[in-house]
Amino acid sequence: MTGSAGDGLLVVADSRIHRLPAQVKIVALFVFVLAVVSTPAGVFWAFALYGALLVWCVVLAKLPPLVVMRRLAVETPFVVFALVLPFVATGPRVEVLGVSLSQSGVLGSWNVLAKGTLGVVAAIVLSATTGPRALLAGLERLRLPSTLVAILSFMVRYLSVVSDDLQRMRIARESRGYRGGRAGHLKAIAGGVGALFVRSFERGERVHLAMQSRGYTGRMPLLSESGAARVQWVEGLAISLAAVVIAVTARVVGL
Amino acid sequence: MHVPDGFFDAPTSVATGLIAAGAVGFSLQRANREIRETGPALAGLTAAFVFAVQMVNFPVGAGTSGHLLGGALAAALVGPWSAVLVMSTVLLVQGLLFADGGLTALGTNITLMGLITVLVGYFVIRTVLQVLPKRVGSVVPATTLGALVSVPVAALAFTGLYAIGGAVDIPLGKLATAMVGWHILVGLGEAVITAAVLSAVVATRPDLVYAARHLQPDLVLVDADGNSSTVSPDRPIAAKPTGRTLGVGIAATLLVAGVVSLFASAHPDGLEFVGARLGFDGAAKDSAVAGSPLADYGVSGIGNAQVSGALAGIIGVLVTIAVGLTIAKVASLRSSRADKAA
Repeated sequence: MTGSAGDGLLVVADSRIHRLPAQVKIVALFVFVLAVVSTPAGVFWAFALYGALLVWCVVLAKLPPLVVMRRLAVETPFVVFALVLPFVATGPRVEVLGVSLSQSGVLGSWNVLAKGTLGVVAAIVLSATTGPRALLAGLERLRLPSTLVAILSFMVRYLSVVSDDLQRMRIARESRGYRGGRAGHLKAIAGGVGALFVRSFERGERVHLAMQSRGYTGRMPLLSESGAARVQWVEGLAISLAAVVIAVTARVVGL
Repeated sequence: MHVPDGFFDAPTSVATGLIAAGAVGFSLQRANREIRETGPALAGLTAAFVFAVQMVNFPVGAGTSGHLLGGALAAALVGPWSAVLVMSTVLLVQGLLFADGGLTALGTNITLMGLITVLVGYFVIRTVLQVLPKRVGSVVPATTLGALVSVPVAALAFTGLYAIGGAVDIPLGKLATAMVGWHILVGLGEAVITAAVLSAVVATRPDLVYAARHLQPDLVLVDADGNSSTVSPDRPIAAKPTGRTLGVGIAATLLVAGVVSLFASAHPDGLEFVGARLGFDGAAKDSAVAGSPLADYGVSGIGNAQVSGALAGIIGVLVTIAVGLTIAKVASLRSSRADKAA
């Protein structure tokens, strides 16, 4: 993970997508992914179009392709699952290069890989163009319960603090010879994590007392000042609506 | 183990989304009082802690390492409802900020990793604690077992979801065996790490462990005469007065109000005296109830000033007790209702 942990995957740049309000982007992402998920796996041209739309988004958002590729690694466990599917699934089998594969398994494998990858890339576009604060303001605009928004905002704000705490404890531990890797070091690492919890908890108590002494009454100030303009909604949802059109066409027309 | 988009079909995703939303709403309600007391910062920092811990690789032995999911650990540390919120927060941040776990699969991920691991873990913890001796240390083996059980159960739930909404037919028995078998190993790692972390917390700040709060040893109070009594740390130290002490208290108060006030000074009190000397006593307006039957601590219609004062004192005490008891009754009703609702 590069940079401060609290910043997520944000790639600082100025683009049309960066400038869109977060709530528009969240809704757009959700609609897009929903369209992708509801497309039958066999309609290959639809997935090609989705991919093209996403590539256009990545270009519009001025994201370095390498960053997007690297982040795709989160998918790995399910890629493994998808690759195993053709061998274990039931149903009629086909011979590919002398290996017997399940027909539905191959399709299922493609289904998981294609939809999963499109979903991850779409989510990367959101997280790389939206800072944590803007994202929280967007969630607040979308009527997420205020307590949850407050918890989220404290988590995001203190993520880098807690990560740095952890980093310092790791350095301290390793400089005492516990370099990790052997089971005998479990106790040292676990002791550090236990201490991290106590530190985080006590920090939480201190933060709350500091807030109370500054007049906190149980209501957090609103994160966002104004909503999104209609133009912005139209602009942000354009690509998602295109995806919905593709999904509907794919259902109706089929292959 | 974050499920990506498209892994389950749309109806399954929507259903688990509804389950997750309901669970988060319910937990918000249950944890509301606690969060209002301790502030959202505490929950937020616990979430940051869980997030950070998931990045720590622990040596599990035989050259392999694993990382913590943290459901059972969070349940033991902050209680089940806060833990559901904490885990959901972590998953939401991972999904939106780190593109980890699909957005349409967020409900599935919260249900599997935020709800099932926490609730199963907490259920096991509470059950095991019933059997183990009533000591703070017992929370460590209980939570270890909770962590061990919670992971394969979540894997089993995953298999169940796959049976309902999986895209491909694979022999379910085979899938369940593979998933549960593999996750028993993962659960073993989770159990070892959880035990080590929790025992570190128990060793330094046992009071922070939610699941061990009722296991704190009784406090021994020794008064000035050397008599010792034990008090459960759960209960507020001021014990509820019994009927007899309440009766004695009321009798004493009535005695003071009714009898001792007979001998009270008829002179004005300090402020009235100074006011009169400086000439601003006219500025002190009589209160709005000055015309009431008990105004100026006398009962109107009774000639003897001293008897009147004593009667006024007794009536005042009785009224005060009545009002006080009513307020206490209402307050305890409300708080017990809040307890039930919370």
